[in-house]
Amino acid sequence: MFACGVYGVLARRHGVMLLISIELMINAANINLITFSQLLHDPIGNIVVLFVIAVTAAEVGIGLAIVMMLYRNRSTVAVDELNLMKW
Amino acid sequence: MFGKQLTFWIFAGLAGLSSIFVVATRNVVHAALGLAAALVAAAGLFILFGAEFVGLAQILIYVGAVVILFLFGIMLTSQAPGRPVIDNQQRGLAAVVALGIFGVLAAGIIAAFGDRKVSFDVAFPVKELGSDLFTRWVLPFEAVSVLLLAALVGAIVLARRD
Repeated sequence: MFACGVYGVLARRHGVMLLISIELMINAANINLITFSQLLHDPIGNIVVLFVIAVTAAEVGIGLAIVMMLYRNRSTVAVDELNLMKW
Repeated sequence: MFGKQLTFWIFAGLAGLSSIFVVATRNVVHAALGLAAALVAAAGLFILFGAEFVGLAQILIYVGAVVILFLFGIMLTSQAPGRPVIDNQQRGLAAVVALGIFGVLAAGIIAAFGDRKVSFDVAFPVKELGSDLFTRWVLPFEAVSVLLLAALVGAIVLARRD
């Protein structure tokens, strides 16, 4: 699942697809945390996953706002056409 | 025990297949729905591993809110003129890198924990989790609250038409 996310980030051009792939990676990490929580009989993993979920919600909100602003200003959602700050 | 093993493999297979679908499909809306399937499978795994509260929170927050947010984002940005944007020219390289990372991660995890059995039988009750969250972890909790507030304000400022 993590590898799928990495592939998505590297191969996709659509801004929203990039965010979706990041979600996949975060979820793979979450599954790992929960698994170790069960394996080590320690509730810390669960608590960390709760924090990760909250932070991810914030990240998605900001990311989608950025994509929407990009669409409004440049009328594209392709991240490799974002060369404004390149020289 | 065998039933739980079977359930684990069903959910794990569903998660893996739907995440492959997410990055393989050419339609962004299909990708968002595939993400929802992968997240539901992950929530199933969470509940199977005794983390009922986290699993339910996952369904509520991710499937209920984040995927809907994605669909809104796709809807608002989908009328882009010109050629559709799908992939860039790095697909082969990206596949190689992803497979390499998968191999390294799988080999590492199997080498480190391959011989240990996950017992599936420890449940983390919500009461314990809540009291832990509000005593030992109260400072990170407040920090996350402030972060969410800041992100909300930032998103509104960014997305506002002015």
